[in-house]
Amino acid sequence: MADKKRSTPKLDELEKGEWPSFVKEIKIAAEKNPMANDLLGQLERSYEEKIGHWKHGGIVGVLGYGGGVIGRYSDLPEEFPNVSHFHTLRINQPAGWFYTSDALRKLCDIWEKHGSGLTNMHGSTGDLVFLGTRTEELEPVFRELTELGFDLGGSGSDVRTPSCCCGMARCEWACYDTMALTYFLTMHYQDELHRPAFPYKWKFKMSGCPNDCVAAVARADMSIIGTWRDDIQMNDSAVTEYAKSGTDIQKDVVGNCPAKCMEWDGKKLKIDNRACVKCMHCINAMPKALAPGKDRGACILIGSKAPIVEGALLSSVLIPFIKFVPPYKELTDLVEKIHEVWSENGKNRERVGEFIQRVGMGNFLEAIGVEPIPEMVAHPRENPYVFYEEYFEEESEDDKNA
Amino acid sequence: MPEVQPKPKRKTDIGPPHYENFLPPIIKENYGKWKYHEILRPGVMVTVSETDARLYTVRAASPRLLSIDKIRAYADLADKYCRGYLRFTSRNNVEFLLTDESRIDPLIKDLQALGHPVGGMGNSISSIVHTQGWVHCHSAATDASGVVKSVMDELIEYFTEMKLPAKLRIALACCLNMCGAVHCSDIAILGIHRRPPKVDRSKIKVMCEIPSVVSACPTAAVKPATIDGVPSVEVIEERCMFCANCYTVCPAMKLNDALNDGISIWVGGKVSNARSEPMFSKLAIPFLPNNPPRWPEVTSAVLNLVEVWAKNARKYERMGEWINRIGWPRFFEMTGIPFEKVHIDDFKHAGLTFKRSAHLTY
Repeated sequence: MADKKRSTPKLDELEKGEWPSFVKEIKIAAEKNPMANDLLGQLERSYEEKIGHWKHGGIVGVLGYGGGVIGRYSDLPEEFPNVSHFHTLRINQPAGWFYTSDALRKLCDIWEKHGSGLTNMHGSTGDLVFLGTRTEELEPVFRELTELGFDLGGSGSDVRTPSCCCGMARCEWACYDTMALTYFLTMHYQDELHRPAFPYKWKFKMSGCPNDCVAAVARADMSIIGTWRDDIQMNDSAVTEYAKSGTDIQKDVVGNCPAKCMEWDGKKLKIDNRACVKCMHCINAMPKALAPGKDRGACILIGSKAPIVEGALLSSVLIPFIKFVPPYKELTDLVEKIHEVWSENGKNRERVGEFIQRVGMGNFLEAIGVEPIPEMVAHPRENPYVFYEEYFEEESEDDKNA
Repeated sequence: MPEVQPKPKRKTDIGPPHYENFLPPIIKENYGKWKYHEILRPGVMVTVSETDARLYTVRAASPRLLSIDKIRAYADLADKYCRGYLRFTSRNNVEFLLTDESRIDPLIKDLQALGHPVGGMGNSISSIVHTQGWVHCHSAATDASGVVKSVMDELIEYFTEMKLPAKLRIALACCLNMCGAVHCSDIAILGIHRRPPKVDRSKIKVMCEIPSVVSACPTAAVKPATIDGVPSVEVIEERCMFCANCYTVCPAMKLNDALNDGISIWVGGKVSNARSEPMFSKLAIPFLPNNPPRWPEVTSAVLNLVEVWAKNARKYERMGEWINRIGWPRFFEMTGIPFEKVHIDDFKHAGLTFKRSAHLTY
């Protein structure tokens, strides 16, 4: 390689220790790639000065797309010319993050030719991230990616790349097919994913059960969390096995039930399924003995987000239970209605959760045509200041005014 | 006339490849037919199907930032042990999917030789979900990968063993934008700015739309102002809470500041519904300095939190559930963290976070 190796005494400290080292990864790439070498140099500078050296964004992308590429430029381009451009590509991951070695190698070959040789497996939203390349490389990377059957993910005010847990592929608790729904939504919203047209970002996250392994409830505008309506499936002899092999069923299982819907008499476990809130604890504690019921589907919640702009929100219940049947018409009708109302009335950079806070959940429900039900609230309002929209007038008042 | 080659048609909007292309045969055969799973030892799990098919998963740590060389090494391991199939998890671990139990030990040996410890299942600390930090972000108040590496070097025994009362999820975001959505983690490490934006008057007129900068501020701290005849903004500093939303819409409002940026630590959040409902993380330590390359103040603070919780929590009790049982005064007493003015919320709905009863321990 032509470029001189950067001296990185501070970063070198992070090659030590047992946890896998990102510095080692950058150094491996830097042996062949000048971009990775200058990244090392600039990062060492940040470690010395305790401040980042990347400039604010910049609009770059591939033809016809408004998202998928994050523009990035160094603010020290003369010292680190090979990272003067260091744009990121978000590549839509296969649902559930399953790969073959063959697909991974081909992705690596593309990135060896056109970028820094560094990646994130994966970004927070779920995309496979190609970390760092120049503007003129974007189209060639994109062409080769699409030849391989991959496409860019979302960024900006668009449908962000949907993501999900591994669902039915490897989990007995999946109450619906998370990967199938994720693939469907990703394909159904290709235009919205690649061409930002909303007030702000829109995230779908699919978790197969209330354990919520992809944190849907905390970071998706629409959180789709698997659940069931009938009785927990129980294998009595397996319960006995757990008891025999040391599980303290009274203390560890019954004692932790938030609904207090279980009883254990030392021989038989009884569940009052009407009272069960589907929290998953007993099932998590005894996976061989208990399982979600057979009448499975999902709960749809709306509106979670991180703090920017008006504070963090958790999603709240919109549809307590839905059965999914391809082509998921009930779901897409609902989403389209929400998008319409939010796009029409949302302010710039207002996530749907903040929009709901501003206009009121009641008004939002009315606008999207969903009936209010008690499942949507932790409790009814405590505050008596109600915005009634109409009032009666005595006939005589009209007469007097006439 | 020279023959013109027709340009190949440009493909767009094809979406990701279908996941079925990447599923190993055992998964295709048993899709939706799994009966139960069992963690056999740290980082090793068996999932058993209705037909008694057994899929073994081996989970290994990853730094998330991976070179293509390392990905190729993973691909080689997948070929050697799993007919070429592997996956990644929502916490950036890599998982190898085996059908032959006897191949687990050799795979673990190979992974360890490659520098990737196996673990992160059950009552352990899994990999830290994190953001880009100084490696790639313009608004970072701290590095991400370096802090994560330093913290996990300290906590590695909790990754490779399962000796905690419950699982513990740590996440790091390098600014309040929280790309990593860390706000519902057992322990959240959050980069913070503490100096109001410095308005770059020479740039703001050309780079930014003044009305959108003004409206970006959730506390109305940014006001339009004409300075020396040039349109600009002024910042009412006492109203600034350092969210950096103005900087997100306008590069001329930089908040990054080496003297004032640093890290805050938040505790007790969760996303799972198990036992208790999902909870936000709450402020434990308002500020720790950026002290690269090893961030010793942050690593010892996190280690302390983990150890005090691990020693005192009951079986299955997540950090937030433990704190809810013992109460916040005990939490601050047991962890030795001083309680300060900034621990008391003063943004919207702050009153809901005050103690509104006489339920206290003495």
